[in-house]
Amino acid sequence: MLSIKNLKVNVQGKPILQGIDLRVNAGEIHAIMGPNGSGKSTLAHVLAGRDGYEVTAGDVTYLGKDLLAMTPEERARAGVFLGFQYPVEIPGVSNIYLLKAALNAVRKHQGLDELDAIDFLALIKQKLKMMHMSEELLYRSVNEGFSGGEKKRNEILQMAVLQPTLAILDETDSGLDIDALKVVADGVNSLRSPERAIIIVTHYQRLLNYIVPDRVHVLTNGRIAKSGDRELALELDKRGYGWIDAEVGQAGSTAQ
Amino acid sequence: MNASLETKDIYLDAHAHGAKDLAGHQWPWVEQTRRRALAQFAEQGFPTTRDEEWRYTNVTPIQRNAFHPAPKDLAGLTLERLKPFVFPDLPCHRLVFVNGHFAPQLSKLCKLPAGAIVSSLAGAIDRGAAFLQHHLAQYAPTDRYGFAALNTAFLVDGACVYLPRDVILTDPVHVLFVSTRRNEPVLAQPRNLFVAEANSRMVLIESYISLDDTRYFTNAISEIVAAENAAVEHYKLGQESAEAYHIGGIYVHQHANSRFVSHNVTIDGALVRNDIDVLFEAEGSECILNGLYVASNRQHIDNHTRLDHARPRCSSREFYKGVLDGRARAVFNGRIIVRQDAQLTDARQENKNLLLSRDAEVDTKPQLEIYADDVKCSHGATVGQLDDDALYYLRSRGIDAATARHVLTYAFAKDVLNRMTLEPIRSYVENMLTMRLLQGQTIEKLA
Repeated sequence: MLSIKNLKVNVQGKPILQGIDLRVNAGEIHAIMGPNGSGKSTLAHVLAGRDGYEVTAGDVTYLGKDLLAMTPEERARAGVFLGFQYPVEIPGVSNIYLLKAALNAVRKHQGLDELDAIDFLALIKQKLKMMHMSEELLYRSVNEGFSGGEKKRNEILQMAVLQPTLAILDETDSGLDIDALKVVADGVNSLRSPERAIIIVTHYQRLLNYIVPDRVHVLTNGRIAKSGDRELALELDKRGYGWIDAEVGQAGSTAQ
Repeated sequence: MNASLETKDIYLDAHAHGAKDLAGHQWPWVEQTRRRALAQFAEQGFPTTRDEEWRYTNVTPIQRNAFHPAPKDLAGLTLERLKPFVFPDLPCHRLVFVNGHFAPQLSKLCKLPAGAIVSSLAGAIDRGAAFLQHHLAQYAPTDRYGFAALNTAFLVDGACVYLPRDVILTDPVHVLFVSTRRNEPVLAQPRNLFVAEANSRMVLIESYISLDDTRYFTNAISEIVAAENAAVEHYKLGQESAEAYHIGGIYVHQHANSRFVSHNVTIDGALVRNDIDVLFEAEGSECILNGLYVASNRQHIDNHTRLDHARPRCSSREFYKGVLDGRARAVFNGRIIVRQDAQLTDARQENKNLLLSRDAEVDTKPQLEIYADDVKCSHGATVGQLDDDALYYLRSRGIDAATARHVLTYAFAKDVLNRMTLEPIRSYVENMLTMRLLQGQTIEKLA
């Protein structure tokens, strides 16, 4: 579904991603872990299409298409969803407007009619219930005055409504207490399906107790330094990230 | 300077030829008022950018054209053509003026409470309504900047609403000023007088619209009096043609414990200047000035407000927002004077601007003059752009860039709309704003 080859990205002239290779197949959940500043969030935003990132090499193919050539909205309509680490507050735009506009944009792209008000509301109510969110949040401005936990739940709510093909969750677990974490994990797990892929970007192993990944990758210094299965995440939890750097360093000197 | 003199002469000439057709010859005080204002106009001419109050607004484009009062001629204008500009869900009295002339056949007057007057000003003058001499031309200062003097020198026509004590006018009065294409560029000088006696209440809507994309000059004045305990809510909707010049002054006198609310929306016109002057003449009054201006291309919109806290215990709230695109320019000047006597004044002012293009410009200036010591006064002005993060966020949810910009711009302006109490007007403005903003996007896309 997603294939990233030798992706190099500069931010303000500084190299952040220095040759990423990654393949994600439909039905898989991948976790991308790594210390702060390793380029995890940059990777997430490059996939979603944020401005200000300069791709200097490599390419990204999504469902056979050149993902990097698409605008953020084209990517979203084609089924790419980014759950933001810092969901943006938008005063004056209601949550329900955003959900409706987003869903209809996707449906239009798929050649479907817009949902009528009754069906739309029924759908939203069902998803709200799953996320343990009150209906009142629909009529508030997007993320404005939401607590950290509410913001993250709101991201998963959007994801649940939009039913993306490729979901990228950027530090969705940060700032969540254990109950909220479970709710968010339930929301993500409910989307697990053979047609869908999920990339979880996270600093800690914690979330992976609830959303069990198929593959775990460790990103350090803009490269994937090590890949493995779930055991790798548990090992990182015990030993931290330092040993990966050492291992990579060793591998480098051996090669010389 | 020559041009200015010539233009002045055009108006003086028009006055010499047309004055005999104006209402109220039989009343010496009316004639006297006109003659005095004419002399003042002859002396002042038009302001220049050397006048501090006109520093950012150059009116020479107005002087480069010869505008003439239009003859009374409806040219087959029907109510059907005005439909887009009226409020279908709002029962109201309606006064329609076409190129400055009252059009009774397009107007609608419903039953009024005893003693209340809703009429054309010229009609009220001719009938010699008693309250006129007491109020007409008493509030708009004719000794500054020419425009008020020019309007008063003609005192042509406009809306006149008078409510006696204790009368509540349930339905609003909608005054519609319509401009149409004529062979010669038209000078229209609406002159309105709204008097709310003690404990009375009225809602007024002034719309300035154009049926053709044509150049004309509207020089409008509204005088408003809110007597003790009276409440006046006033809407001004500026939708002049994209080539039109509009100079408008609203002069308000508030007596004890009165309330005045102004909603002032300008979304079209080549050059627009709104002056809103409010004088608190007595204690305990309240005033809200709520405003929105949306400009694109080379439009110029100038809002000058002046709140004179002359007496104690009055409160004023001012919220003005602007959205500027293209090479548009806006001016906001919010003057608040708190006189020595005006203890316990509570004044707040806010002006926020959204610039959608690199070439748009706004000059915003709070001007607080405080001579009392026990007062609460605050002001804030901001100039910003659309939030890139918010744009990205919306786009990442599948909303296209143009719509995302539109949505965020609309969200910026929305709280001005939310302050409007009449729902039909709010949705009308919402509609006109949406159309206006979408149009702006098409322009932006082509550029």
